[in-house]
Order: sequence, then C-alpha cells, then structure tokens
Amino acid sequence: MSKTMSKTMSGPILKVDKVGKTFVQGVHQVEALADISFSVMAGECFAVVGESGSGKSTLANLILGIYPPTTGTISYAGEPLPAKRQLVHRRAIQLVQQNPLSALNPKRTIGASLRLALDVHGIGAPSERRDIVGGLLEEVGLPAEFASRAPAALSGGQRQRVSIARALACQSALLVLDEPTSALDVLVQARVLKLLEKLRRKHNLTYIFITHDLCVVRNIADRVAVFEKGRLIELAATETLFTRPQTPYTRALISAVPVVSEEEERLRQRLGEPQNAIG
Amino acid sequence: MRRTLAILVGNPLSLLGLFLVGIVIFSAVFADFIAPFPEHRGAVVDFANFNQPPAWPNIFGTDLVGRDLFSRILYAYRISLVLGVVVLSIATPIGVIVGLVAGYVGGKTEYVLMRITDVFLSIPPLVLAMAIMGVLEPTLTNGMLAVTSMWWPWYARLVYNLTRSEKEEGYVLAAEVIGASRAYIIFREILPNCVPAIITKMTLDFGFVIIIASSLSFLGLGVQPPTPDLGSMVAGGASYLPDSWWLTLFPALAILIAVFGFNLIGDALREILGADQ
Repeated sequence: MSKTMSKTMSGPILKVDKVGKTFVQGVHQVEALADISFSVMAGECFAVVGESGSGKSTLANLILGIYPPTTGTISYAGEPLPAKRQLVHRRAIQLVQQNPLSALNPKRTIGASLRLALDVHGIGAPSERRDIVGGLLEEVGLPAEFASRAPAALSGGQRQRVSIARALACQSALLVLDEPTSALDVLVQARVLKLLEKLRRKHNLTYIFITHDLCVVRNIADRVAVFEKGRLIELAATETLFTRPQTPYTRALISAVPVVSEEEERLRQRLGEPQNAIG
Repeated sequence: MRRTLAILVGNPLSLLGLFLVGIVIFSAVFADFIAPFPEHRGAVVDFANFNQPPAWPNIFGTDLVGRDLFSRILYAYRISLVLGVVVLSIATPIGVIVGLVAGYVGGKTEYVLMRITDVFLSIPPLVLAMAIMGVLEPTLTNGMLAVTSMWWPWYARLVYNLTRSEKEEGYVLAAEVIGASRAYIIFREILPNCVPAIITKMTLDFGFVIIIASSLSFLGLGVQPPTPDLGSMVAGGASYLPDSWWLTLFPALAILIAVFGFNLIGDALREILGADQ
C-alpha cells in the first residue's frame, strides 16, 4: 500500500458492510447501530440524516476508527479497515467536528494545531511546514497571520474554517463532517457550506455529511441516508428523497423543515400534514 | 501580562501576599546578613541571657539556652522553603503523571493507579508521615520523603479529574483522528490545559507543606535540634506559656506569615490563570 491511500479511483471509496455496534454498559446492552450497509462513491457528498440518538455519531466514530464495529466491516478503497488503525488509515479519513469552540486546543496557537497533522504524517519538510500552514489557512479563506493566534481570538466561523484546514492538512480523500454548520449562525453557515463545496470540487474530496438539517442536505448532498433508531431506513438521491420519500419517518422529517419554498409548499399539500411528526 | 499586573496591583490582598512571601524569601536567602547572631543557628549556649523577653538586641527575645529567636527564625525559614520546594518538585510531577495517565488511558491502568492513590489518600496525611518518620531516622531528608509520600496523591486526584473532563473535548478527538501518539496527546494537548490548576494548587500547598513539616517537628519527628525549625520552636516554647510567651508567639507568627502569604498569592494566581477547578 502506498503511503497515501489511493485518492483517484472510481467506484466506492468507502464501503460499510453489515455493520452493527452494541455498547455494553454493565449488564445493559444498547444497540446503537444494526445491520448498516451502504457505499460512498469517490467525489460524492453523502448525507446522513436522522434525529438525535439515531446512530449518526456512532456511525461517524466507526468510520473514523474511534472504536471498532461489533459486527460487519468497513472498507476504504477496497481494503477492510482494521480495528486498530494505522497512520495511513488515519490520514485517509479526517473529521470536521460540530463544536468549533472545543475542537481547537485553547492553549495552543492555530498554527500549532494545524502543524500537528503535518508533523504526525511527515507532510512536507520540517522547514516548509510553516508555509504549508499558511497556505492551508489561505485555502479556507483566512489570512496566514492567523497561525500565531490563539483560538480565543477567532470567531466561531473562523474556528470552523481552521478545523476544515486541519482536516485538509492530512490530504485525506474522505472527510467526515459531523454537523459542521449546526453551531454557526445562518450567514456564517452559508459561507462555510460554500467553502466546503468549493474545496470538494477543487480537491475531489468525498464528504460524509452528518446533519439533522435537511435544508443543508438539499443544498449540498448528492445522496441521503436516513437513519432512525440505529437503522438505515431509506437511501436515495437527494432530489428523489425530497420529492418521493418512501417512509413515513422521512416524510415527517421533510415536513418538519421550517423553510417553505413554493416547491416544498406543493409537496406539503400533496403529502398532507403528517400525523406523527417528529418534533 | 498587563492583565496579570492589573490583577496583582488592583487587589490589595494579592499585594499583601506578594509582600509577605517577599519577606519570607528575603529572610531565607539573606539570613546570613540579616541575622544579628548568625552563630545562634547552631548549638550555642549563652546562659547569662537565657529566656529573656524581647528587648534590644534580641528583638524577639531569647530561648531557653540564650539564643536569639529572631536569628533562629530567619534560618528556620530557609529550611521551610527548601523543604517546600523539594517536596513539591518531587510530589507534583509524580502526581501529575499518575493523574494524566490514569485519566486518559482508562481501563485497568486507571483502576490500578487510582486505587493506589486512594490507599494513600485514605490514610490521614499526618499519620502516614508520622509512621514513615517513626521508622526512619528523623532527618531533614527523611522528613521530605515522608511529606512527599503523602502529597503526590492529591495531585494525582486533581489532574485525574481534569484529564477526564479534558478528554471529552473536541481537540483531543481531533488529535486522535489525526493519529497523534498517546504520549503526545497526554503531554502536549491535555497537560497544558491542566497547568493553571496545578500551579495554583502548588502555591496554596507551599503553605501547607510548611505547616505539615512544622507539625512533624512539633511532634519531635522532624528536623532535629540544634537545627532551627519553626515547628520545634513552637513545641519547645509551648510548655512555658503564658509566662515565656515570646518562645511560642514569634515562631507561630512566622509560620502564619509564610502560610498566609502563599495562600494569598495562590488565590491571585487562581484568578489570573483562570483555574476554577
């Protein structure tokens, strides 16, 4: 296997095969995910939606290798990922977290946080890494001088851009975006989404976009997987899902979207008001 | 830096703390020059002048063998400070490492390390130190050893709790996802976030170490005569209260000044470093 796992490939970049995760707490067993199978194509934005407790975050942690699945396998670029990930696996899949306030170490400068990824994976010569960090910051629309600042000196949106830069630093092909915009206000949200879209095109990135915000999904995702209580209940192309949802749960999720466009208003009239809307 | 100064100067109590600690350190360092009778730190007797109340030139009076109390207190500060520095500089790293490793690694490692810590914490500190001193020779080195052995578990506890909460922060997850080593995450990511609380505790503890060391000497288990020690001076004078009040009062005041000063600075540091834990 090469030092960086293959980035340019066709077909599924990530394959989740019959994956289940059961947490054991004392005598209790909690089944967080059961029998999940799907494939994510290279260059795709794959959205995972569902309400709190639907297993979205567990799925993210399994893909990132924070803990291994109880059953099933996860393959990256055709190779099964081991329970104990090596550096090469870590480098292949990176994360952007939900809370930009906690994602950066308050005691370290932005530059030090970004440099960690370069140091761990030996990206660039040590003398060049300073410039690479500056380049990463500029790539996400921040001035290179931010490298010497503390996270406390940055706004939430700026910190989220730094988190994105850190994920890019590893030159990963696959990014897990765990609710990357839900802690931001609407205007900042739009800008961060635009940035993510731009970066995806430029670097041919694949996104697994975890969210409960269907407006965002509709704008950015190619396909959507709907999770309910640890099960994958619906998987469809974004437009298909919004216009022809197959399950009552998905219908309820869609009808709970507060933004009303003409199209959605038509959709609402066609579907009728949901009887079991999820609050 | 400006904020640090503003807090120090803006708060009369922290200024007082700085002043008191300044006196203590100054006395300890320059005892040879300030003490009117430097030779009285040792085994000197002057029965012509024994047990005199404060008067010139013995401004704090003299002890039962005629030595100048003021000179002896200055030299006793020297021993107290050395003891505090040595005890904390050994106990803190041990406790911090135990706490960090137990808190971050978890599982069996956490169980073993924290149960050992609990065993030490469950024995009353002074009793533990007394037991150790009872077995070993009562020398300054063994005194330090005894106090150190009872001090590290408190740091282990503090840092363990801090680590457990820092571990849940997103920046630790980010470092794990990037693939940073455990040692890197523990010492470079988590430790810096524990430092304010550790420094604050060290400052507050400095006073307590002096008290414990004095308590040991008071019980006859600490520094042995003729070496001057605040605890043994208080103990020696206690039987002559209230008539020879200066024998107890001045050494006791000396302990009070040192402990109070370090506590005030500790409080100020807590504010400056934002360590609320």
